[in-house]
Amino acid sequence: MSTTTNPAPAAPAGSPAPAPTPARPRAGLGDRLSTVLYRHAWLRLLGLLGLPMLWLGVLYLGSLALLLITAFWTTDSFTSQVIPAFTWENFSEILTVAAYRDTALRTIGIALAVTVLCAVIAIPLGLYMAKIASPRVRTWLAIGITLPLWAGYLVKVFSWRITFSEGGPLEWLLAPLGLSGPGYGTTALVITLAYLWFPYMAVPVYTAFRSIPDNLFEASADLGGKAWRTVFSVALPLLKPALIAGSIFTFSLSLGDYIAAQFVGGKTQVIGTVIASNINLNPPLAAAFATVPILVVVLYLFLARKSGALKHF
Amino acid sequence: MRFSSLSKNTLRALTALIMAAVYVPLALVIMNSFNAATSSSFPVQEFSTKWWVAAWNNQGVREALWTSVKVAFWATLIALILGSMVAFALSRYRFFGRNTVNLLVVLPIALPGIVTGVAFSNTFKNVFEPLSINLGLFSIIVGHATFCIVMVFNNVQARLGQMNRGLEEAAMDMGANVFRTFFQVTFPGFRAAFVAGALLAFALSFDEVVVTTFTAAPGTETLPIWIYNNMARPNQAPVVNVIAAVLILVSMIPVYLSQRLTGADQLERKAAKQRKAA
Repeated sequence: MSTTTNPAPAAPAGSPAPAPTPARPRAGLGDRLSTVLYRHAWLRLLGLLGLPMLWLGVLYLGSLALLLITAFWTTDSFTSQVIPAFTWENFSEILTVAAYRDTALRTIGIALAVTVLCAVIAIPLGLYMAKIASPRVRTWLAIGITLPLWAGYLVKVFSWRITFSEGGPLEWLLAPLGLSGPGYGTTALVITLAYLWFPYMAVPVYTAFRSIPDNLFEASADLGGKAWRTVFSVALPLLKPALIAGSIFTFSLSLGDYIAAQFVGGKTQVIGTVIASNINLNPPLAAAFATVPILVVVLYLFLARKSGALKHF
Repeated sequence: MRFSSLSKNTLRALTALIMAAVYVPLALVIMNSFNAATSSSFPVQEFSTKWWVAAWNNQGVREALWTSVKVAFWATLIALILGSMVAFALSRYRFFGRNTVNLLVVLPIALPGIVTGVAFSNTFKNVFEPLSINLGLFSIIVGHATFCIVMVFNNVQARLGQMNRGLEEAAMDMGANVFRTFFQVTFPGFRAAFVAGALLAFALSFDEVVVTTFTAAPGTETLPIWIYNNMARPNQAPVVNVIAAVLILVSMIPVYLSQRLTGADQLERKAAKQRKAA
């Protein structure tokens, strides 16, 4: 951290250091401090990084480390007191207790379903926006898909809570067709999460579609490819980096979410619900459960990086 | 590209359907805020503004709003200072551990909010409480500032990369010291990015709920926490609905108007920036 190879600001070679010239009045404290700082790049760097590292490196990283340590402790089941003694118990509990294991797997499944749903919706939308819509309509749609990012998170969850509510708009809409809405449950949860994170998938997919030159599509058509064949054989491989980049957000954001699950998920339990309900009663178990999304996200990022898709973003 | 008119129309219909799915739920919130009934029954039988009056007079909402503003203000201030410092350090110096510092700045927003929330709550409970340090409102601010730093950092760092260093050298050659050069030459150069970062940080803090639920002292409510606590209560739901309607209008109308004035490109860039940050 102390080695600075770039003694910025790079003074032009041979130019005099800004030492006070005899004609000027005596240098004040600010000037003297300035000279010291100017001559020692490492001091400037220390001054710049000291506070942020104290905050992020000590307070934040320290909290994460402490969380990890807590995950190996245990709780007295009678007094709810945390006992600081090393044990693998919490982790083995996550893996062996069926309810916990199922919750972890269910959450990963939900996150994957959300990701697939977002991609399936983003592809026709991106295709239409980039290759068919007029520039005017394209501008409108580009505003349209990003605007909801600014509406509050809870507001959006609430809007789907209304939509799926008993006797609510969706049931009213489906009733003439003899159908009933899904009600609060896993289906509603997947739809709501897909809605929340959709812009993170739609924007990169649309941008990727725009960057595909039209003549690739024409070449495919000249060789006899029908429109849909062209989309699958020509466009889809070129969209892969965008789809992977978007999926990182849809996947990891869904994995950590539990508020939507509370309001539209009905009885559906996710990782976050288990953490939230144990944080006071059994902090070590909550801490151990919190490492699950960390590990899954890190693994996902590793796979995405390995696929080479991240280089473009 | 040669699409048949059938595929063109299919795609057009799909796009219309998708955009409807994006906006109909939000429109429903606004419409339902005028629903006289307590439940969100549909179609609305009787329209009324009584819930708007109730929301306006709700003391809990007012207090929560004020708490949110205070929290967002302090979190933004801390994020501005720390985020700008890191941005300077990373864009102007090459040093061992540079990538690690970069990762550390992004980490709070890359990890699920619940992890950050649980980690801080654990630290507050096991480290600060035994030392009888009562953080009060500051416990929320600590959490918020941590994930707001990246917003300022991203904006300022991007701008610093484009700035002409020659101007600073010229100022110093003419005798300005390091501090005067910073305030009169460097800062005006990245002021716009600084303000943009502040707005994003404020908006992020104002909307945050997960980290807040874990770090807030009992009885302390920001606006999102108030909504969170009252959404499932049947007799409070109509007031929540009005607040939600207000938040939709307040957040989207200014952005929409600025779009009409500045063009869509910027919003796309902003969304890209958010994605990068997230």
